[in-house]
Amino acid sequence: MSMKASNRQVDGITIVDLSGRITLGEGSVTLREAIKDLLGKGQKKILLNLGDVSYIDSSGIGELVSAFTSVRNQGGELKLLHLTKKVHDLLQITKLYTVFDVKDDEAAAIGAFSR
Amino acid sequence: MTAPQRVSYRMESTLDSVNKAEEMAEQQAARAGLDEDTRSGFSMAVREAMINAVLHGNAYDTAKRVNLSFEQNGRELIVTINDEGRGFVPEEVPDPLAPENLLKESGRGIFLMRAFMDEVRFRKLEPGTEIILIKRLPGSDLDREEAST
Repeated sequence: MSMKASNRQVDGITIVDLSGRITLGEGSVTLREAIKDLLGKGQKKILLNLGDVSYIDSSGIGELVSAFTSVRNQGGELKLLHLTKKVHDLLQITKLYTVFDVKDDEAAAIGAFSR
Repeated sequence: MTAPQRVSYRMESTLDSVNKAEEMAEQQAARAGLDEDTRSGFSMAVREAMINAVLHGNAYDTAKRVNLSFEQNGRELIVTINDEGRGFVPEEVPDPLAPENLLKESGRGIFLMRAFMDEVRFRKLEPGTEIILIKRLPGSDLDREEAST
């Protein structure tokens, strides 16, 4: 299953709803392009909704890290929302869980962005 | 004791081979009776080893092949993957958990293989690298020995 990404705006925050697999090849490229596109439009407060992401491999993890640093380097903020158990465990063992700002509730996540 | 069962494949250096290997790993793990979580980790380790062979080893070279085999001997599920690339020194791969490496975009594949397998071995070939991934099966003697230590 390939990955899909769609955007919506809530209170000035761009929520990117991702679904499918973020893996080497198509999935990683889709995420990279989505982030590049948002940053190009000056949308720097990004909430990645991973609730429908079933699987991430090392390339996908790298792409999440790349998204995080790209947004941060441009003075923005990137947070993660609704991790599945599989993705949660993967971020735990790679020690990235504490690097990312991970949220379980969309409204709380929106409120956590700096204004 | 169950007679060893072995299946081997000679695959192209493509992303499609990586995906196929992952699917086969999932099937092999299910056949061996691994639970869902363990199956998922097992197939991820195989995927990472295949990425290593196809991308880092053979560099998607259409003239080079990857050999993949699964062996089940009743106690362990053993996966062997070899490529025809330039080879590498596993000990020289930086620790992805070190604070200075946490935000690197790559370098987590071998770590993930080790996280989900009971044993990971590397052997230098001429040319290439062989990766051997070993997963002990639940209820096997080896598994019981490990649980009692």
